[in-house]
Amino acid sequence: MTLVLYRIDDRLIHGQVVVGWGQPLDIEFIVLVDDTVADAEWEQELYRMGVPPEMEVFFHSADDAIKTMAKYRSDTRAGILLTGDIATMSKLAAASGISTVNIGGLHSRAGRVQKLRYVFLAPDEERELRALAARGVAVTAQDVPTARPVSLEDVLSGSES
Amino acid sequence: MSSDEKQSDQPPRHRAIVAGHGEFAAGLVSAVQQITGRGDQLIPVAVHKLGVADIEALLRERMLEENVRVIFTDLQAGSCTMASRRILRGTDDAVLIAGANLPTLLDFVFAEGVSAPQAARHAAERGRAAIAVHGAGA
Repeated sequence: MTLVLYRIDDRLIHGQVVVGWGQPLDIEFIVLVDDTVADAEWEQELYRMGVPPEMEVFFHSADDAIKTMAKYRSDTRAGILLTGDIATMSKLAAASGISTVNIGGLHSRAGRVQKLRYVFLAPDEERELRALAARGVAVTAQDVPTARPVSLEDVLSGSES
Repeated sequence: MSSDEKQSDQPPRHRAIVAGHGEFAAGLVSAVQQITGRGDQLIPVAVHKLGVADIEALLRERMLEENVRVIFTDLQAGSCTMASRRILRGTDDAVLIAGANLPTLLDFVFAEGVSAPQAARHAAERGRAAIAVHGAGA
């Protein structure tokens, strides 16, 4: 196996990731890429406590993740790579050739507009997603595996909300 | 005894927050109310559409507003649990019970003679023990 899901989710490790995707995909490790969490031991412990004992969690800054991506891709187990924002995923995609990106959750906050029940975007984030797609990355939104993937065009048009 | 004195003997109206995925909180509090008539001790909090920072802010605000020191959540890996653990960091008088179920809350709302955190710890044990398997070779 390898990294089977590249997910943007501002809640990072939470129920949908650990249970919703983790169980059907037999996920055995999570690579959490976040500059803040990578530098905060207490935050890492918090996220570790949220996963079952058989699931490993690795923490990296974006720069560090680029250097270690090959190791995770050659892992014999199935894993999820998580970022909390679009910019971090874009950086990884540009440096290490990610072909598909899942928007799992970007929630309401000032400056963002609702696009889907679980996706809210600011104008600069919309531009980042378009740029990601323009580089050939297949971007869809899907909160849980049983949901229908929503194309980026439909996400941005807000037609599915 | 005056009516004021009688009131002071009663437990605070709100004693804990219940938070979790979907309508978990509202559903459990509704069940507690239906079974015991004591659902008003619990504050259901839904976190649809919120990011982690906003979940934390919302739970913190409700705790302060209602002066409660107990949070029940649904899932150890859930966002409400993560947010609650951040809130509890550095506090020594609050309790988080992750993985709460209906028996947990039923025990809690009847434990009026002790502090809410004490009641929550007892209720957690009761909730853990209340899971039973029947049938299919059990």
